[in-house]
Amino acid sequence: MSGSGLRPDLAAIAAAVPNGARVLDIGCGDGALLAHLRDTKGVDARGLDVSAANVASAVARGLSVVQGDADADLADYPADAFDMAILSDTLQAMQRPARVLGELVRIGRRGVVSFPNFGHWRVRRALLLGGRMPVTPSLPVSWHETANIHLCTIDDFRALAADLGLGVESATFLSDGARRGAALANLLADQAVFVLARGR
Amino acid sequence: MASVATASLDQRFGLDRRVSLAGPFALASGQSLARLDIGYETYGSLAPDGGNAILVCHALTGDQYVASDHPLTGKPGWWTRLVGPGRPIDPERHFIICSNVLGGCMGTTGPSSIDPATGDRYAMRFPVITIRDMVNAQAALLDHLGVGVLQAVVGGSMGGMQALDWAVAHPARVRSVVGIATAARHSAQNIAFHEVGRQAIMADPMWRAGDYAPDAPPAAGLAVARMAAHITYLSEEGLTAKFGRRLQDRAGLGFSFDAEFQVESYLRHQGLSFTQRFDANSYLYITRALDYFDLAAAHDGQLARAFAGSRARFALVSFTSDWLYPTSQARRLVRALNAAGAAVSFCELESPFGHDAFLLEAPEMNRVVDGFLRAGA
Repeated sequence: MSGSGLRPDLAAIAAAVPNGARVLDIGCGDGALLAHLRDTKGVDARGLDVSAANVASAVARGLSVVQGDADADLADYPADAFDMAILSDTLQAMQRPARVLGELVRIGRRGVVSFPNFGHWRVRRALLLGGRMPVTPSLPVSWHETANIHLCTIDDFRALAADLGLGVESATFLSDGARRGAALANLLADQAVFVLARGR
Repeated sequence: MASVATASLDQRFGLDRRVSLAGPFALASGQSLARLDIGYETYGSLAPDGGNAILVCHALTGDQYVASDHPLTGKPGWWTRLVGPGRPIDPERHFIICSNVLGGCMGTTGPSSIDPATGDRYAMRFPVITIRDMVNAQAALLDHLGVGVLQAVVGGSMGGMQALDWAVAHPARVRSVVGIATAARHSAQNIAFHEVGRQAIMADPMWRAGDYAPDAPPAAGLAVARMAAHITYLSEEGLTAKFGRRLQDRAGLGFSFDAEFQVESYLRHQGLSFTQRFDANSYLYITRALDYFDLAAAHDGQLARAFAGSRARFALVSFTSDWLYPTSQARRLVRALNAAGAAVSFCELESPFGHDAFLLEAPEMNRVVDGFLRAGA
């Protein structure tokens, strides 16, 4: 854990956000990341979340957060409205992940995406040896109850980004909450954070 | 106590105030009023820097008695759940202003006021007014009170429309806007229900083209108007839960046209009690102002452009069962405010109570409003 008390993937995202940036956090939950960014980096923080209770909590923290559905409502935001559009641990729950990624780099000059790596060795072991859908620290909910409908591996994500013509500006890999190198990340990292930019 | 300093006894501040402002007061219609009377209340004290003023705007049939007992009905203020000690809008921290709207009948100039030019009641000679006119009357009151910039303007329903219009009409004077169960314009259905109410009043022979005596009002017509409107403030789910098909004080059907069903009895009571405290001509004028409301109209239908000059923060709240100003209306506002680059928060809260939910106990609404106001303080 970082000193901020943020979830490790959120801390990794926060590290990628420059001071004073205009930030939209899509699927912002109760606003923990946005509040952290506002308080430590002076960002202009906005959020979107599907849950009324989460939005109420985030607004009660003094954040500007709108209740809405990332699959449907991102189209309402004008292009280049933000320096960074963040999608943390949410991509895998989207109906149309490719479209959401496109929206991310339309609304923001950069997109930041974190997601659980379905290529992690624990996932592979669960399927290979156990023959069961994995339940792991980064995928803690059983298959029939999870909101995750579009899980992917780190290599899958890289391939999709390339297909969409998105440039990867940086990538951070986490294993049990600690940063690790890019080598064998698709096997050894349980979470990944990518900073994307529109293709050139 | 009589020797206490005059500042704290400034006659401009306190409960049940009246002020008469010299005109001319220009209206959207092009007409003007020679004089503008305003009935209002204030709660709490204006901070030395003037930064803690909150204007609360009332709905169609509301008034300035937001957090004090009503002089005619004796009932508690209409928004004591949101306004009062320990509430999100708190006289301990805020200087709170609530005024009767232009066109109203609780002390602010309206059709039941005396026209200084003739010495008679305006009645239907009162000019047709708009939400913008109401907002400008509030701005004139703030000038009188010495309030420059509002920390926030807060309202539900028609009060929310005033709050939104404040950000459009006086962008430099409002830092935060809270609009609850409201919309950027009146829909065809909204206008249709209002027309039913107006026709009920005008069809009452007692209405006499508006020139009824104060002690002989078109009460039957106004009661029907209220009954029709009241249905739009509730939800089918709420009505079913509250009344179902239950009968009123009887074991079986009476084969009559008495108020046999509880819901009939309830509506008749709502209609009748409303006539004790509201003026029929005011009802005509205020519903007209609502029907005319369309923030985008002056901007070729582009709602976002209406907010282009605003630097305010916005918080919008809707309720799941509100079909008068449904969530789709709030979302339209959210889209426009996002497009205008405004800081906007929006939350759709679960409630079975229809439009009236904003006046009822709603802890989540209070949490949102409290957090939003504290962040902007």
